Amino acid sequence: MFRQASRLLARASAVTRSRAFSSQVPAAPAVDSTFVESWKKVNPNMEPPKTPSVYMTPRPQTPTSIPSKLTVNFVLPYASELSAKEVDMVIVPASTGQMGVLPGHVPTIAELKPGVLSVHDGNDTKKYFVSSGFAFIHANSVADIIAVEAVPIDQIDPSLVQKGLAEFNQKLSSATTDLEKAEAQIGVDVHSALNSALTG
Amino acid sequence: MAALRREGRRFATPLISPRPIAAIRSPFLSEEDAPLGVRSISTQIVRNRMKSVKNIQKITKAMKMVAASKLRAIQVKAENSRGLWQPFTALLGDTPTVDAKKNVIVTISSDKGLCGGINSTAVKISKSLHKLNSGPDKENKYVILGEKAKAILVRDSKKDIELIITELQKNPLNYTQVSVLADDILKNVEFDALRIIYSKFHSVVSFLPTMATVLSPELVEREAESGGKLGELDSYEIEGGETKGEILQNLAEFQFSCVMFNAVLENACSEQGARMSAMDSSSRNAGEMLDRLTLTYNRTRQASITTELIEIISGASALEG
Repeated sequence: MFRQASRLLARASAVTRSRAFSSQVPAAPAVDSTFVESWKKVNPNMEPPKTPSVYMTPRPQTPTSIPSKLTVNFVLPYASELSAKEVDMVIVPASTGQMGVLPGHVPTIAELKPGVLSVHDGNDTKKYFVSSGFAFIHANSVADIIAVEAVPIDQIDPSLVQKGLAEFNQKLSSATTDLEKAEAQIGVDVHSALNSALTG
Repeated sequence: MAALRREGRRFATPLISPRPIAAIRSPFLSEEDAPLGVRSISTQIVRNRMKSVKNIQKITKAMKMVAASKLRAIQVKAENSRGLWQPFTALLGDTPTVDAKKNVIVTISSDKGLCGGINSTAVKISKSLHKLNSGPDKENKYVILGEKAKAILVRDSKKDIELIITELQKNPLNYTQVSVLADDILKNVEFDALRIIYSKFHSVVSFLPTMATVLSPELVEREAESGGKLGELDSYEIEGGETKGEILQNLAEFQFSCVMFNAVLENACSEQGARMSAMDSSSRNAGEMLDRLTLTYNRTRQASITTELIEIISGASALEG
């Protein structure tokens, strides 16, 4: 019961704080007060460690009407490809097939398979081949796409794709252990997806 | 002879660096019962001291330059990876006070020393977290990355350590290496909540100790059901995979590897930054020490010349008069 109370308190305080700062520019720390208090009890002489939410710019609230643009954050381990870019639509290669996301899309967590991600903004489209990852679509028309590797389509070399596909097919047929089979299968999947990305 | 000794003693005390130990006499004093006529021994001592301090200053300056160049290289990577964990925190929230039975504390530290206080702060925070999360049927385990934390934690919490990983930075850090590491940890350690402690690189002079929390899929489900920060998780549709549990499992593992990647990079940046400032203050101290030694050297030299002159002149006047 006490646990619920403290969680409700934290939620109430976090919500009011984020509502107050949602229109302001970053640097609005949403510090978890229950954590700070329990820390002080154990170690009053030391500052509690910061938590990641302090370093994030708070996300906008869910608007009442459907916004006109979708905000996309496309991140990779080595770079933030797109951060808070306003676009009309994105098509993500979810493992259940290509999924189009428009502003006002229902909140979704989608697992991605190797395929083409296309970002449509007005008349121009940018296509990337993503290896795999996750896509989160939130209720406030913000889409987060996290991929491990992504390459713009025009930088892919078709001849290398064909060579890779042939090589992995051959490895698959000659694989003995389960591990080799799985690795070869993954190679075949990725290369055939690359192939269809280039042709389709 | 006695006069020389007294003079020598007065000038030898500033020889010992005034910083920590001003009262202890130099050990060289006993060797100062020099044969008569050899006046330069005390300047020799000071000169040796000056040479070694100058060498130290050069070394620490070089270390600072090396740390600065390494920092420049890795800072770019760390800043680019900052966007990686934000979507996960936006989706799953930040829950440092989550009530978990099996806590695993992942402490990230450096392998090499001479980097200021970041490693000891990380260990202190880990130990406080251990105390914070201790309870009747809760258990806390450590996973240690880096030699420095290992040295401290092995001494008093040996039974709580699950895994120790060192020599992380032998090859330049990249996502593949960190994801293999994360995979290792996830396979070998049972956890309800993982708490990753690292020093976030805020600026070249400021490093903020940070704790990131990653929950296991079962804990995520439990928290989502009981409302609170994860209460809206149920409203999200799940695309792909057979069950929600499978997706949450993949999500938790992916989140852990992304958060670890960022944490390891930030810690490496903090290490280089802390080393830069430590070496900088060290070379500055060496410079000050050198100034003081130079003054001492000149005083000693002039005193010995004066003493010689006095002896010659008094000898000459004794002959005359």
